[in-house]
Amino acid sequence: MSYRFNDVPEVRSSLKEVSYLADEGIAGVVYLGDRLQKPVLVEGPAGTGKTQLAKSVAEMSGARLIRLQCYEGLDESKALYEWNYKKQLLRIQAERNLSGDGSWEEIEDDIFSDEFLLTRPLLEAIQSEDPVVLLIDEVDRVEIETEALLLEILSDYQVSIPELGTVTARQIPLVFLTSNNTRELSEALKRRCLFLHIDYPDLEREREIILTKVPDINESLSDQIARVVRSVRQLDLKKAPSVSETLDWARTLVLLGVEHIDAKTATDTVNILLKYRSDIEKTVKEFATDETLTIGQSSDA
Amino acid sequence: MPRLDESSEVSPLLELLNGFIVELRQAGLPVSLTENLDAVAAVKHIPIEDREAFKYSLAATLVKNHSHWKAFETVFEVYFSLRGEEYNLSEEPSDDASSEDSLSADNEQQLGQMPGQGGGQEGLSQEQLAEMLYRSLMNSDQNLMRAVSRVAVQRFAGMEPGRPVGGTYYLYRTLRNLDLEGVLERMLGEAESAESNLDSLSQKLVKDEYEHRIEELKRQIEAEIRRRLVADRGVEAMAKTLRKPLPEDVDFMHASREEMVALKRAIWPLTRKLAARLARKRRHGRKGSLDFRNTVRHSLSYGGVPAEPKFKYPKPAKPEIMVIADISGSVAAFARFTLHLVYALNSQFSKVRSFVFIDGLDEVTQYFERVDDITAAIHRVNTEADVIWVDGHSDYGHAFEVFNERYGNDVGPKTTVMILGDARNNYHASQSWVVKELEAKARKVFWLNPEPRSYWDTGDSIVSEYSTYCEGTFEVRNLRQLEAFVENLV
Repeated sequence: MSYRFNDVPEVRSSLKEVSYLADEGIAGVVYLGDRLQKPVLVEGPAGTGKTQLAKSVAEMSGARLIRLQCYEGLDESKALYEWNYKKQLLRIQAERNLSGDGSWEEIEDDIFSDEFLLTRPLLEAIQSEDPVVLLIDEVDRVEIETEALLLEILSDYQVSIPELGTVTARQIPLVFLTSNNTRELSEALKRRCLFLHIDYPDLEREREIILTKVPDINESLSDQIARVVRSVRQLDLKKAPSVSETLDWARTLVLLGVEHIDAKTATDTVNILLKYRSDIEKTVKEFATDETLTIGQSSDA
Repeated sequence: MPRLDESSEVSPLLELLNGFIVELRQAGLPVSLTENLDAVAAVKHIPIEDREAFKYSLAATLVKNHSHWKAFETVFEVYFSLRGEEYNLSEEPSDDASSEDSLSADNEQQLGQMPGQGGGQEGLSQEQLAEMLYRSLMNSDQNLMRAVSRVAVQRFAGMEPGRPVGGTYYLYRTLRNLDLEGVLERMLGEAESAESNLDSLSQKLVKDEYEHRIEELKRQIEAEIRRRLVADRGVEAMAKTLRKPLPEDVDFMHASREEMVALKRAIWPLTRKLAARLARKRRHGRKGSLDFRNTVRHSLSYGGVPAEPKFKYPKPAKPEIMVIADISGSVAAFARFTLHLVYALNSQFSKVRSFVFIDGLDEVTQYFERVDDITAAIHRVNTEADVIWVDGHSDYGHAFEVFNERYGNDVGPKTTVMILGDARNNYHASQSWVVKELEAKARKVFWLNPEPRSYWDTGDSIVSEYSTYCEGTFEVRNLRQLEAFVENLV
C-alpha cells in the first residue's frame, strides 16, 4: 500500500501550492486520514473552508473529486446505486420480440448485471480506477436513518448490492465529510471517522489567506483587514464574519482603492462583512467608540 | 488493550497514551475501544516532537465533539506537558542555552542574569523584570515572554510542594504582582505617542492586539504553573485536580460566566433538534385516517374488493408551546438559561407564548418577538415584566391562579405547556387544581425542575403535589438532561 503523502509538512506545503493555507491541525489530520485510511469528518462554522479543503486536497494530489451533496430525503438510489429499470424493461421486451427462447434465469442474470446499474457518487467513488477524493457535503442534512447508508462504505470501503454481491473498492478513496453541526451526528458515524474542527483562522493565517486569495492587495491592508475582522469576531454577534466574507470585504476594499481603513470606510462597507442588521449596528457602534475614553476608564479600574 | 507494538515490552509512549485515555474517560469523554485503537495507530505515524500535529491527531481520533475540546486540551497539557523542546524543565542545562540562543541580541544582557532554578534570579530586580515583560509584550517576542513567565512564576507564585491545588491561586498571585493593567496602559500610551494621528478604529485595533498579547502571556504563565505542578505531584493527581464537568454536565444553577456562554451556544442546536423532531413527526407520520367513501369508490374497479385503501390527508398540527417560567432569586441562574431557551424556541416554532412569574405573572411573548438581541430581551423581561404581586417571593399558587384567570382559555388541545421552576412555594397555598385543569385541557404538561432530585419535596418544595397532574416531571440540571427531555418529548 502506498501512501499519498510522506509527512505532515509535505501536506502543508502542497496544500499551500494550491492556495489552501492549512494550519498544523488540518494538515495533521489530512495526513492521518491517508495513513490510517479513515474518512475525515470536518466540522466548524460556515465559511471556514471545509468544502474547500476537500477540493484542494483533490487538486493537490491530482485526484478526481466526487461530490455527494446531502439533503433531507436523500436515499440510496441517489447516493449509492439504482437499477435502470427502463432499460431492464426494454431488454425483456426485446427478448420476447426477437426469439423468445431465453429462459427466465438467463434474462434474470442478464438484467441484474453491471450494464443495467446506474452508479451514484458513493459507488462511483469506490469503483473508480484512478485516485479519488470523495466529498460528502453537509452530512448533517440527511436524516439520522439515512446516515446508516454511509456506514458500510465509510468503514470497509465496500457496497453490498443484493443482486450482485459486494463491490469492494479498487483503490481506497480519501473521504471527507463536512457538517455544519445542525444536529448531532450518530455515534456510529463519528466512530468511523477522524474528527477535525476547523475554526476561524488566527490572525497570521487569516492575513496570509487574504494575501493569497485576493489579487493586488498589499500587505499592510491585508494586515489591517485581518485585525479588524479579529476584533469584530470578538463581539457577541449573531453571525461572526466567516473567511469567505472577509475575502469579499477585502476584494471590495481593493476595488474601492482603499489604502488604509479608517472608521468611516469600515462603517460604510461593513455590510459586506456582516449579514444581520443588529450585528451591523453593534459593530458600527464599536468602531466609532472614542478609544481615549475607554483607556481612561481602565486606568480607574 | 491489545499489544500492537512489535517489541516484547510496551513502549513508554503507549503506556503514557494508555494512562491518557483512561484519564479522558474519567473526565467523562466517551472514548470507545475503536477510537482507542485508532489513537494508538495514529501516534505511530505522527512523531511526538511535532507537538501541534501530535495533539491534533490525538484529538482527531479521540474527541468527536467540539465541546469536549477544552477538557481534552487540559488533559493533554497535563500528560504531555513535560514533552516537546520548549517545554523542557528549566533544570536541564540545555534549555537555558537554547532559549538564550534564540533570543535577540539586545536581550542577552538581561538574560545573562536570568535564572536556572535557583541561581542568579535574585540579580534581576523587580523593575528589570517589569521592563522585560513590557518589552516582550511590545515586540510580541514569544521566547522572551516564556522566559518572563518562568521567572514570574518562580518569584511570585509562592508554590508549595505537595499541595493538592489546581493552580488558580498561584495564577492569581503571579498576575497580581505583574500589574498587567498598568502594562497595557503603558503600551497604549507608547503607541499613541508613536503615531499621534490614530483614528478611533486604529486605536481600537491596537488595543485589541495588546490585549490579545496579554492573554497570550497569561496562558504562558498558566502553562508554566501547570508544568511545575505536574512535575511536583505527577500526572494522575494533577489531572484529577483539574477535572471539570463537561459542558453538557455543567449545572445550570452553578454555571460560571464562561460556562454560561458555552451553554448559550449549545442551546441552539438543541432547539433545532426539537423543531426537527416535531416537524419530522408531522411529515413522516402515518397518513390520515381511513377514508371510507373513497376506498369504496375505488373498490369498484376491482370488482368490489377494497384492494386499495384510501386515506384522508393528514392535518398537520402546528405545535403550540406555552412556557411558564419561575424567574425568582432562588432559580436566578436557571431563569437566565430558561430565557435563552425560550428565545431559541421562539425562533423555531411559530407559536410560542412565554410567561414569567415570581408571585405575580406576566406574559413576555412580545419581548422576544422580532428581536435580534437576546440580552436586550432579557433585560426587558427583568425590568418591565410585572411579576411582583406582594413581596417578590415565589408564590406558585397565586401565579398559577393568575395564569388560569387570564390565559386559561387560550390553552387548547394542541398546546404543550412547559413549567420551569423548583416549586419552592414559600409555604403558600399550592393551588394545584390549576395544573390539574391545564392538564385536562392541554395536550401535555411538563414540569422541568432545576433542582437535584434528592432535594425535591424538602423544605418548602412541593413539586410532587404538582407533578401528579403533569405528564412528566424532569430533573433538568444540565444540558445532558435537557437533551434527554427533548428526546423523550416526541
